[in-house]
Amino acid sequence: MMISCEKAALICNKTQYREATFMEKMKLKFHLFMCKNCPEFVERNTKLTALCQKANLQCLTQDDKRRMKRLLKEKS
Amino acid sequence: MNVVLSKSFTFDNDKNNMAEHVLNPEKWIDSYADYLFNYAISRINDAEIAKDLVQETFLAGLKSAKNYKGDAAERTWLIAILKRKVIDHYRKTNSKKGRAEVRMDYSAHTDAQGDWLEEQVADPLSSVENDAIENQELGQAIHSCIAKLPKKQALVFTMKTIQGMDTETICNELNINPSNLWVMIHRARTGLMGCLNKNWFKP
Repeated sequence: MMISCEKAALICNKTQYREATFMEKMKLKFHLFMCKNCPEFVERNTKLTALCQKANLQCLTQDDKRRMKRLLKEKS
Repeated sequence: MNVVLSKSFTFDNDKNNMAEHVLNPEKWIDSYADYLFNYAISRINDAEIAKDLVQETFLAGLKSAKNYKGDAAERTWLIAILKRKVIDHYRKTNSKKGRAEVRMDYSAHTDAQGDWLEEQVADPLSSVENDAIENQELGQAIHSCIAKLPKKQALVFTMKTIQGMDTETICNELNINPSNLWVMIHRARTGLMGCLNKNWFKP
């Protein structure tokens, strides 16, 4: 039942994107109960997700970037 | 003989100084496009116009690259161009409506961010405007940290987190498997936590 810290980190990352299954989340909870180091990672990782949401990040699509790159190349 | 030596010495020095601030247009898009776009969109509020302004900024940068003296970092220099483009955009739209011109920047000396008009009428006790400014700064901090990541990690993180694409689509597009993807996400997130740590992870 006890999972490794690597596995715990993976589940924690999946949780940030709502892609962890119920079973995985239970395993993570149990791990966090037993592990000394992982709770800090989980806290910081969750905080990073909160910061990203708060910042309302925007970005250009890959297509836009490709188009700009082409244009820049033509003009240089 | 002495003169020659000292000359070559200063030349080397110049080269070293140049290495710090040198323009590298091939890398502009990957390094700064999202950062500039975020800057523009938080001031223009229209994705299409913001995109155009970013593109114009790169083109203008390319055109005036010979005037670049190297005393500002590349990104600061590009932001300065974009800032003018944003102001010009507001001037144009204002004159179309026949309204008076609104000066958007508070001062020429700082890189101050925010909405000038809003601040002039702002209730000093209200935190709404400050929150908006803080979020703009946060967005720019995150984008500059993303730009420092290895290219592939930055790409995967952006697709997953900002564009909200699902794992399968990203894997197909980049031709990687899900465990590759999660490894890269993990490295990117750890990198970002370290990069943002000093300013934003304060307890």
